[in-house]
Amino acid sequence: MSTPLAELDAVEVDYPRGPALGPFSLTVAEGEIVALVGPSGCGKSTAMRLLAGLEAPTRGAVHRTSARGETAVVFQAPTLMPWAAARANVALPLELAGVEGREARARADAALARVKLAGAEAAKPAQLSGGMAMRVSLARALVTDPRLLLLDEPFAALDEITRRALGEDVHVLWAASRAAIVFVTHNVEEACYMAGRVVVMTPGPGRFAGETVVEGPLPRPAGFRTTEGFRHACEHVSADLAHGAPRPAA
Amino acid sequence: MKRLVYSLAPVALIVILLAIWEAACRLLDVPVFLLPAPSAIAIAAWQNAPMLVDAALNTLSMAVLAFVLASLIAFVVALLISIHPLAERAVQPLAVGLQVTPIMAVAPLAVIWAGLDHPGRAVIGLAAIVAFFPIFSGALTGLKSADPDLERLFDLYGARPLDRLFRLRLPSAVPFILEGLKVAAGLALIGAVVAEFVARSGLSRGLAWRLMEASNRLETAKTFAALLVLVLMGVALNALMQVGERAALRWWRGR
Repeated sequence: MSTPLAELDAVEVDYPRGPALGPFSLTVAEGEIVALVGPSGCGKSTAMRLLAGLEAPTRGAVHRTSARGETAVVFQAPTLMPWAAARANVALPLELAGVEGREARARADAALARVKLAGAEAAKPAQLSGGMAMRVSLARALVTDPRLLLLDEPFAALDEITRRALGEDVHVLWAASRAAIVFVTHNVEEACYMAGRVVVMTPGPGRFAGETVVEGPLPRPAGFRTTEGFRHACEHVSADLAHGAPRPAA
Repeated sequence: MKRLVYSLAPVALIVILLAIWEAACRLLDVPVFLLPAPSAIAIAAWQNAPMLVDAALNTLSMAVLAFVLASLIAFVVALLISIHPLAERAVQPLAVGLQVTPIMAVAPLAVIWAGLDHPGRAVIGLAAIVAFFPIFSGALTGLKSADPDLERLFDLYGARPLDRLFRLRLPSAVPFILEGLKVAAGLALIGAVVAEFVARSGLSRGLAWRLMEASNRLETAKTFAALLVLVLMGVALNALMQVGERAALRWWRGR
């Protein structure tokens, strides 16, 4: 395994209403795609915020070799500024980092082109479809050329067709940038399709429940969903989920 | 067709009510000082038009000044308070106290402070107090209404406080501020009229003064005419603010 880019070392997070996560450990290597799967409320989003450095663990430690500004997050909702055009939304991280306006806009346009949104630079979020808004959000994450890309259930609100198309686009973008991706989802098939490694968490407070390495190349070749390897991986992840879940009362 | 019917419905209702009013006055021979017929009011309005327009402009200009003054102060105070929760905690009871105090109760003080020779200043001050609260609370709510995930994004990219204010919190507050301004504009006009009543000085020749003057002389038709101008002014102001708000929101949202 290559150098770890980020590591959660037996982290635990307590909120006022009770423990939310852990103890939980996770290592993210340079350039890999890891999917984080678990039931709602298991602390997946909390783990993401720890990885992003947006929150500190109550116990345990977070190690990151990537600097601030080398990490990008895509949330479940597009989380765009409704008053700003797509270009301005994408240019935001650059402008906050002090990149000069014209260059920031040019790089934003390039990022929009990478997510197939050339021509939509001047559109405001309300004028975009759900899938397009998500692409703008993705472009904003990519514009800084991050080494670590955190995708927190990014396609949960989209229909199946848009979801699959975006998933394939993420693979293409990954192949070009080789950023490490942590992908949170509660869809087993999506996890096995998107990631080379699937980590399953128990119900909250989430702990490690199992890990599955998905064989096969990334980006996925056509027909990957019908292969034996894919089916196997899905079964294994489902078994981890079932194993981690509390037994139903008899 | 359906849209035409719907847009004409209010006009039709007003015409019907006026017709009943007119007929009742004529058939029942109601004394004109008690309840003048709409036709008599129209005549009074026409005959006193220059004076009424003059008075209306007087009141309107005081309301507009009060509105501008209240907007500036409310906005600056909200901005300062939004910087720290402790400041908000400290100011909140004062702001609520200001909001629940009847303007009538403050009026005598305002008249004294403004100086008996400057009742206009008292009127502007009082109307500004009335208009202050909706803008203040709109701006304050708006400044705290930014999407929490966007706030996190600004954290992630290490945004400086001023960047956060100008790029996130102020733009997020725009719809709330617009709503506050719309409500405040109407209140400023009401506040100006009420303050004129309370200031009770012949030196402020606004609509309220004309209204009182006419009713003291039992010129009821003229009283109604002044009231009519006041209502029309309020409706026009409201419509103007509505259109302005909608246009601004369309620009803000791009749709």
